[in-house]
Formats: sequence, C-alpha cells, structure tokens
Amino acid sequence: MPLNRERFLKTAAGAAAGVAAGVKAPHIAFGADYSPIGTFPAGTRGDSIFVGLMCPLTGSYSADGEDLRRGYELAIRDLNNGTGVMAKIPSLAGKKGVLGKRVEYKIADSETNPNTAVQHATEFITQNKAIMISGGVASSEVIAMAKVAQQQKVIFMTGASGSNDTTGKDCQRYSFRSQCDAYMVAAAMAPILARVLGTKRRAIYLTPDYSYGHSLTGSMRQFTEKLGWTTVADVVAPFPTTDYSSYLTNIANSNADTFINIEFGNDGVASTKQAAQFGILKKMKLIVPNVSTYFPDGVGPDIMAGVYGTQEWYYSLADRYPLSKLFLTDFQKMFPGVIPRWTAHIAYTQLAIWADAVTRAKTFHPPTVIRTIEAGKPINLMLGSVHYRAGDHQLVRPVPVVVGKSRNEMQNKDDWFRVVDIVPADKVMQPLAETSCKMPSYT
Amino acid sequence: MIEAQLLNGVALGSILALVALGLTIIFGLLGFVNFAHGALFMIGAYAGWVVYTQTNSFLLGIATAIVFTFVVGLVIERVLIRFYYKRPPEDQILVTFGLGIVLVESVRGIFGGKTQLVSTPNWGAGAVQILDLIYPAYRLQVVGIVALTLLVMWLILFKTRIGLIVRAGIDDALIVNILGINVNRTFMLVFALGAAVAGLSGIIDAPILAVYPDMGTGVLVQSFVVVVIGGVGSFWGAILGGLVAGEIVSITTAFAPDFGQVMLYVAMALVLIMRPQGLLGVEGRT
Repeated sequence: MPLNRERFLKTAAGAAAGVAAGVKAPHIAFGADYSPIGTFPAGTRGDSIFVGLMCPLTGSYSADGEDLRRGYELAIRDLNNGTGVMAKIPSLAGKKGVLGKRVEYKIADSETNPNTAVQHATEFITQNKAIMISGGVASSEVIAMAKVAQQQKVIFMTGASGSNDTTGKDCQRYSFRSQCDAYMVAAAMAPILARVLGTKRRAIYLTPDYSYGHSLTGSMRQFTEKLGWTTVADVVAPFPTTDYSSYLTNIANSNADTFINIEFGNDGVASTKQAAQFGILKKMKLIVPNVSTYFPDGVGPDIMAGVYGTQEWYYSLADRYPLSKLFLTDFQKMFPGVIPRWTAHIAYTQLAIWADAVTRAKTFHPPTVIRTIEAGKPINLMLGSVHYRAGDHQLVRPVPVVVGKSRNEMQNKDDWFRVVDIVPADKVMQPLAETSCKMPSYT
Repeated sequence: MIEAQLLNGVALGSILALVALGLTIIFGLLGFVNFAHGALFMIGAYAGWVVYTQTNSFLLGIATAIVFTFVVGLVIERVLIRFYYKRPPEDQILVTFGLGIVLVESVRGIFGGKTQLVSTPNWGAGAVQILDLIYPAYRLQVVGIVALTLLVMWLILFKTRIGLIVRAGIDDALIVNILGINVNRTFMLVFALGAAVAGLSGIIDAPILAVYPDMGTGVLVQSFVVVVIGGVGSFWGAILGGLVAGEIVSITTAFAPDFGQVMLYVAMALVLIMRPQGLLGVEGRT
C-alpha cells in the first residue's frame, strides 16, 4: 500500500489516539491499517476461512477429547447456519458464517501428547492458513500449542486446561482460556469443604506429574491449609500411568482421612478404581476437585456418591441458564442419545467468544480481535454473563461446585451430580497481581 | 514398605506374564509378530464388560472374553493372518498394526470413546491385611487366576497332542511339516489360543484399568518388552520375564517414580546385550 494522504491521516490519528490512551503508538497504527500478521490476510482471502481444531481422540484424555469434538461440530454448524446459541449472540444474530465467510475446519488427534499437538497446530497454520486454532485437553498440550500460537501470531482459544500456568507464567497474548483455573476451583470448593467436612482434616494428594497436577494440588493445599487442614503427603505419579499400586500402597498405609485425587481422564478412573480396591475409599473421604467429563461413568455410582468436586459446566444448569437449555437441546438433536459434558461446553463457548469478537471488530486481523476480546465486553452464554480479563486472558466466570449422587438418587444414566453452588466469579478469581503472567506483545 | 512393593511387583508381573504369554505363543510357533495383541486385549475387556454388565456375573464375563477373542482369533487367522506367514516380518508388523487400528476403531464406532465401567467383582472387593500391610483382595486373586491359567496353558502345551505339535513347531516347524502333520489347522488354533489369552488378560485387568478403546496400546509395548526379557517363544520365559518386569517397575517406582518405565527398557537393553536370546530363550532362535 503506497503512502497516500488517507493512510497518513489514519496512521496519525491512530497514533494520537494511542498516545492519548497511554498505549504504545505503533500498536494502534498497525491495528488501524491491518498490516499482514500470522495467517492474516492470507487465510481470509477466499469466501471461507479455516479453523484448526485439536482433540485428543486417543490416549489418556480421549473420552474428554471426543466430547470436545462434538462441541466444536455443533458450534461450527451453528456459526455457518446462523442457528442455536450463536444466533442468540447480538453481534451474530441473523448472520451466517463469520463476517460472511463460511467456517471450514479440520479436527486433528493430539493423542494427549504435547509434541503431536504442536506438530498438528503447526500444520494447521502453515498448510491450511488457519486464522484461529482451538483445542487440547491436557494443560501440557494447551501450553505447548499456546507457545506456537504466540510465535506464529495466530489466535488460540484453548480447549480444556486447568493449570494456573496457562494464564500465569505461561500466559500468551494470542491464547485465551475459558475453563476455570486451579485457583478458582480451590477457591470455590474451600468454603464448601469446610462446611461439609470441617476444618480438621488430614489430606493426602495423588498428583499427575505435570503443570496441571502440580498447579491444582498447589491451589488446593493453599486453600485447605488456610482452613486448618493438614497435608499428610503429596504422592506424585508420572503422566500418564496405568498401574497406581506403588503410589496407592503409600496412601493406603498413611494416617490421612481425606484422599484428594488430582488425576484426570482415564488416569483418574484407573487410580480411583484401584484406590477403592486398596480399601482407601472406605477409610478416607474422596475429593476430586476437577472431575473429568466421563470420570463418573468410569468409576460408577458406588464410588461417586458423596464425592465433592467441580464441573466446568454441567447439563442440569439448563434449569438455571436459558442458553444452557438451548445448548443442551440442540446438542441432543445433533447427537441423539448423547448428553454434552463440560469439554463440549468449552468448545462451544470459545468459538462463540471468538466469532463475536471478530464480528464486532469487523476484521480477522489478530491483534484487533485480541484487543476486542481484551476490552472485556460481557457476553451472555451458557453460564450467564462472562468476559475475558485483559491482564491474563482468563475468562471471568462462575464455578459450579457439585457432589456425586447416590445410585438411588440418579434419575438417568447421566444424572451424576447435584449442583451444590455456583460460586460467582468475584469470589474465585485470583487477583491479577498474584498471577505470574507477563503478557507478551501483539506483534 | 519394601515388602509392599515386592508384592506389587508380583501382582503386576503376573498380569504382564499372562499378556506376554499370548504374544509369545503366537510368536514362538508361528514366528509371527502380532501387533494386534493389544487390540485383542481390549476386545476381551469389552466383550467381558458387555456380558458382566448384563448378567452381573464377572465369571460369565471372563468366559465370554475367552470364547469371543478365541473366535475373533480364528476368523482373523483364516481371512488375513494365514496369507502372511511366508511374508517378511515387516509385512506382518504392518498388517497386524493395521488390524489393531481397525479393531480399536470398530470398538470406538460401536461404543464411543467414553470410559466404561467395569467394577471389581463382589468377591474381589475390599482389602486384606497381610501382617501390617493393607492390600487389595482382587490383586491377590488375580495372581491366583493367572497362576491357574498358566497351569491350564502348561497342560495344553505340554500334556496334549496339540501341545506336542506346538512345541515341535517352536523347535522346528519344517520337521513337523515333513512328518505330515496338518500344521495349518494347528497354526489356526495356536493363533486363536494366543488371542484368547490376550482377551482373558483384558477382562482380568478391566476392574483395575480404565476401560476405553486405547487401553491396549501400553499393554502391547510392555508385553513385547516382557517377551524379549524372558526369551522369545519360551513359556517359562514369559512368566519369568513378567515377574522380573513387574518387580523392576514396582521397586524403581518406589524410589524414583519417573524411572519406573525407563528401567524396564534399560533392563531389556541389558538382556539384549548380555543374553540376546532372553533369560530363558534358546540360542539360535529368532
């Protein structure tokens, strides 16, 4: 683009506005004339755009990955047809596609493995010119993909990731995380645990040895020790593990009265079943702070009854939030006989927030879209009004705390939980100053 | 706590031995590398789960797993495997690897990728006190079930006519052919027997593991390691290899959790260097 009068004025005006707002001037200047960055504008020239979706369809977290995939499929159908929850978002109402462009997508299997996830993410960006990527279930996958996104300047809406690091020390300008982080989970659970179990418990942890595990154990210890609980031990197992007997032997022969299992996905299922065989669940109260999507199905109602935990989203919230109800209804129409779990909710939420931001920004230009999300305009979705916090890219959102129903209380095969409380965002968010997020640049 | 880890090693090792036995029987006699072994393990778990859930009888589940994977083994051998006996090992690896994918994805297609519930059978629930140690009853029973299975397999392989042919085949397939024995039918039975042992270990392991379509992936790798350590094609080698592997994983895990699996491969590498035929393998056989 030659330097003509119009561009000069635009740039000058942008710079002036930038200085006035106390923002670095060059950023505004780039934003205003949408200079090429990442896959922009190469990936937006046709009448369709491409988004790359990553779901662990094999490996330890494959059940969660399959649910994630269904959420994406529903979200993209709704975006392209202008239907469902997407049509209830003011900016998207009455529109098909995103900025009039049809959304094409591919789903890659990350195998619950960061290396595979990075490889596929890179292919999406370099070969398919993906304008946005999304997905992953393990925090290890998500943090690795976020690094690629930052490096390649392509927006990454994370899948499931519960580690504080994702929006803490590993936060990225190009990455946004909607799931509650470990801090939020612990903050939401602590008062309820104190009420139900008292303030004199001796807790023992089983922790998967990577970012998510240490993060959640750390936050749970921080909050429960403040209540007066003592931590007997933190038993760390490699990720993934299939046989937990060596670790459970130590737990079974400890003097703890509360077993806090941080393991997730199929590792969570295997470790809990084995813990039951060791007699641990008879003498200790089981707490699963972050209950993975198909964990209850894998361990069964006898183990689930009375177990406290959180669900990022749960289908019975349809009774409280109209858009949850619509989401549930549409999902069941698309996938008969299947009830969405919380990773499907993450998939849909993340695509909705991105499509809304692009539409309001009137461009796919990544820094502009990021600034639109960072502006923090609330959006009404399946958990009511939510918005992203600019400082660390964590979604400001409530945390549903749940307790497992007994076999007799279950009304149907998916009716695993009673929602104890929906703890509002202002009670659970970690103060920004306490996060170790140093946000990298837009360019 | 060391005695607890030794006990863990025996429990873990006995399962590994059983899985490896299926592999070593097929490999030993047919000289056939079966990369679908992990998938057959998974099929056994699923077949057993279906019947166990319907009837609430784990024993019926076990029986179903054995019969179903035996039949699956027969079918696979007739329509696919037998055409590959004379092909190079890389072809066998590729075809069984592909077969494994087909089996896993078929199960995923039918039941979905979600984790399925296989609870501990009533008679295996609860823990027992051994001296000052708390230990799951089911894991001790598994050691018993494995011992019983190994005894049955030993009787079949060492005390029957089929076993005679099998063992003769392990020693020298050519001579058995020359003697005019219908090796074809024996091969078919051997393959199905190996598959049935994989299926049995699948359902036995199901109350301990998470039951999902990829559950056999790790098992396949471990059983290959066990076979290499114990000696390819050796009955007692599979058992010794399983126990050695179980103890290595358990004891290492007690001191350095991250190195439990690594030490398994270190042990395998050491065996390959010091005694390439495996602990109980016969020199000269590959």
